Amino acid sequence: MQNFEYIAPTETLSAVQALSPDAGVTAVLAGGTDLLSLMKERIETPSRVVSLRNVRALRGISKKGGGLRIGAMATVQELLDSNAAAGYKSLVQAASGITAPQVRAMGTVAGDLLQRPRCWYYRNGYGLLATHEGESLVPTGENRYHAILGNKGPAYFVNASSLAPALISLGAQATVAGPDGERTVDLADLFQIPSSESERENTLSPNEIVTEVTVPGGTSGWKTATYEVRQRQLLDWPFATASVALRVRGGKIADARVVLGHVAPIPWRSSEAEAALNGQAPGEAAGEAAGKAAVAAATPLSGNKAKVQLASVAVKRAVAMAG
Amino acid sequence: MATKYDWPAAEDRSLIGKRHNRVDGPEKARGTAKYSYDRNLDGMLYARLVTSTVPHGRILGIDTSNAEKVPGYKGHVNILNVGDEVQWVGAEVLAVCADTEEHARDVAAATAVHFERLPHWVKDEDVEQAGTANRVTPAKDDTKGPDIEEAWKSADATVEGYYGLGIITHCCLEPHGQVVDWSGDEITVYASTQAVARIPADLARGLSRDESIGTVNAEQVHVITPYMGGGFGSKFNIDTWGIACAKLSKQTGKPVKLMLDRDEELMVAGGRPSDYGKVKIGAKKDGTLVAYEAETWSTGGVAGRGSPPVPYVYNNEERLSQKARHLNVSTNIGPARAWRAPNHPQAAVLTMCPMEDLAAELDMDPVEFFKKNADLTARPEVYRYEIDKCAEMIGWKDNWHKRGDSGSGPVKRGLGLSLHTWGGRPHDSTCEVRIQPDGGVSVNLASQDLGVGTYTTLSVVAAETLGLQIPDITVNIGSSRLPISGASGGSTTVGGTSASTRRATVNALEELKGVVADALEVDASDLVAKDGKVFAESDPSKSLSWTEACRKLGNRTITGQGKQPDREGGKLNDSGVGGVQMADVSVDVETGIVTINKIAAVQDVGLVLCLEQCESQVYGAVIQGIAWALYEEAIYDQATGKMLNPDMEFYKLPGAADIGELEVHMVQNKYDDRGVIGIGEPPAISPGAAISNAVANAIGVRVPTLPLTPDRVLEALANA
Repeated sequence: MQNFEYIAPTETLSAVQALSPDAGVTAVLAGGTDLLSLMKERIETPSRVVSLRNVRALRGISKKGGGLRIGAMATVQELLDSNAAAGYKSLVQAASGITAPQVRAMGTVAGDLLQRPRCWYYRNGYGLLATHEGESLVPTGENRYHAILGNKGPAYFVNASSLAPALISLGAQATVAGPDGERTVDLADLFQIPSSESERENTLSPNEIVTEVTVPGGTSGWKTATYEVRQRQLLDWPFATASVALRVRGGKIADARVVLGHVAPIPWRSSEAEAALNGQAPGEAAGEAAGKAAVAAATPLSGNKAKVQLASVAVKRAVAMAG
Repeated sequence: MATKYDWPAAEDRSLIGKRHNRVDGPEKARGTAKYSYDRNLDGMLYARLVTSTVPHGRILGIDTSNAEKVPGYKGHVNILNVGDEVQWVGAEVLAVCADTEEHARDVAAATAVHFERLPHWVKDEDVEQAGTANRVTPAKDDTKGPDIEEAWKSADATVEGYYGLGIITHCCLEPHGQVVDWSGDEITVYASTQAVARIPADLARGLSRDESIGTVNAEQVHVITPYMGGGFGSKFNIDTWGIACAKLSKQTGKPVKLMLDRDEELMVAGGRPSDYGKVKIGAKKDGTLVAYEAETWSTGGVAGRGSPPVPYVYNNEERLSQKARHLNVSTNIGPARAWRAPNHPQAAVLTMCPMEDLAAELDMDPVEFFKKNADLTARPEVYRYEIDKCAEMIGWKDNWHKRGDSGSGPVKRGLGLSLHTWGGRPHDSTCEVRIQPDGGVSVNLASQDLGVGTYTTLSVVAAETLGLQIPDITVNIGSSRLPISGASGGSTTVGGTSASTRRATVNALEELKGVVADALEVDASDLVAKDGKVFAESDPSKSLSWTEACRKLGNRTITGQGKQPDREGGKLNDSGVGGVQMADVSVDVETGIVTINKIAAVQDVGLVLCLEQCESQVYGAVIQGIAWALYEEAIYDQATGKMLNPDMEFYKLPGAADIGELEVHMVQNKYDDRGVIGIGEPPAISPGAAISNAVANAIGVRVPTLPLTPDRVLEALANA
């Protein structure tokens, strides 16, 4: 491992001031469940690591204005244990899908959102876009876990976040701090599909950090659920996840939000599935239609056709569970 | 004819065949058991391998100039040289060492090896494609039994199908490697090995090939392995990294530790060959199997891999017409090593799965079909008994249904079975048992406990023989300086070591009886050792406690010798066992996810020495089998030639919540007269075939290849 400077400031501002505006120079350490392995594999080689563990302002989970505030450094286990978050069914279901107690204890909410892709070409050193001799390795290579949506290239990895689909479906926002102050973005806008190797899969500048995630009030009466299609009970990446949030009025879905995970380079909001749900009675039939609509535009690669079906089932079952 | 060495009769056994806590359990639970990975010696250096980054190439240059400038650099040795060819990614090129593990990684990273790339191939399942790449060599056709064309004519039902399973790796939790301390003329090796007695000669030979080292003889080498963390057939040799580690120790004058990283462990230190096959199988209306024909292909690396033993178990050469053709596929992947029951798990899939498909075609209950044809096996009576017992354990009568008759709803339940066999002939073994004047008893032999129960079984054998309890016995194994015993492979250890230990203990006891006879003024042949006493059978009042008896030795220590084989040493072991396993699974036909509800396993191993350790071996084997039936698969990328999942994230293994209920029944008091037979391999054979058969029963179609991942299950359903 390359030698690096380690600092652990106590204030958000000093943390972001310690970060370089240039990519790849410094790294932010939250729970470390991802960064440490990236550094051991020499995929990340920062010269300075800025730990956020001593920044108290980034901690805690609380009710806020009828909604929920989750500090960036709150752990997944704290989220599961939190009374304030207990009513957010789809979020709790998503968190409980992280079945390793060790990861739940160390991994943070913002770390889950901002973890790097698990694409095995990326992790084997072929870069975020998995290129070898000028070509992407993914479309003709081993792509059983890769994207089926948003995969026109050059990015084919999937976003690995467990919590993002549920949070986006609840309309969450992220507060982002940089050396010049704070800004608030819709959580969905924190993610992007990179168009070149110089871009990342998120929209943060290298010297910005997420300080908190807030779920606005107003969704408390909504029916929500997260369904993961996951092979093992042991810690395992889902083939597909769907989080749904449904506002039901007079027995009909008045407003539906459907967000899929592990199917695209970003958490994938499906306007097609939402359209299929709006105006329908909640339940299995609506779920079935939404599942089909969610993958109608899917473009599977050479080896991941099954993910189309699995994503569809995830939506169907999430809708049924929410019902 | 009965001898004094024979195992005690059933009514005289106080320890044999019973449940005992594992002798090494507390040390392991406390974390005080020292594995090779745990050895940290004073002044020890850390070594890392520098390996091939290309799947096939020639070494053009090795440049260590930058590496030698890295802080902490202490030395390097070449394993390959300029001009040598590498045949897989991860092939060992050189080993480097430094003062800390991190520095050693830095040194390795700073070492540059340049390759001329040569054409490579890593794919094995599509045999036509491999043929186009000029990677296929046919093996000889193998024909047995009555004329097969006539047999097909006599068959009322035939099925033809495609079956197979990919490459898996050993994935030992303690990776391969060792600490070597070369001090003066003495080379101490803390090796993670299945063969402590074999390593000295292996290392000496490897070192002596290097002129700069000079001649090393095996007696200079002392291998110490009290505990090791999994081998499964992959840890018999010192390997290039062991030789390099010793050279680094000599070069630096310091102890050196070289344990493989997880990715190296998966890429180059393990590997079970694949097997794929087109199988045709036929039977008469009444279920009598008449013919089996297979064209199979597989790879085990560059050398390819020979034919699997098909048909498996059901292979009577007089009554069953058999034809097998094999294609050897050469691939640029890490070479295969023996994997728990080499070739048998593959052969079970290629035989038991077509048989279950044929039973479905015949509209027969597979339990009846497998029993009906038991006469085609080497042990009809054993298998019939075991099938019935296993069927009772899994609730076959209540839970089995006809194929595809699985009810409504997305989750379908199904049952399946498989049979297996294994030899397990005991290896050669010598043992010395000591009885000390203070009553202390030790069993000494250069065997090893791979985590399977060797400490416990040898304690039980000696304690039973001497009328003592398990804690009264000290077992000294895991050192090459002890009396030589075989490598632990092929289920040969328990048969070999229990026999040499029994004979050595009987001999030692005979000598003690001679001394006690004089003291008690009785005939030595009248003495028995039982319940912690030595007493005259004709007059139990003439008795000494064990300690009193041993005190009569004065200053003398008794040493009893025993060996295996020993023609005069009684009938203590045998080879050849049968086992049956049945699986109960649920399959979600919308997601393709397979869940294990229960696996039942019935196993014959002749005389069971330690019931709990035998059962543990079966539990472990079944869990390992669930792993390769549902999850495990080495995934290779043709463009880069790399294994993409040399980690424990995408090289998937099950967790405790993924294995369902396991029920094990060891056959006891039925075949005890055969003596002890090994247990390591047999139960590792059937899980894949039994689970695949259960899935076929659940969803009504065969999922051709293992592991039974969601994409494969969905594809099979879509193709139905």
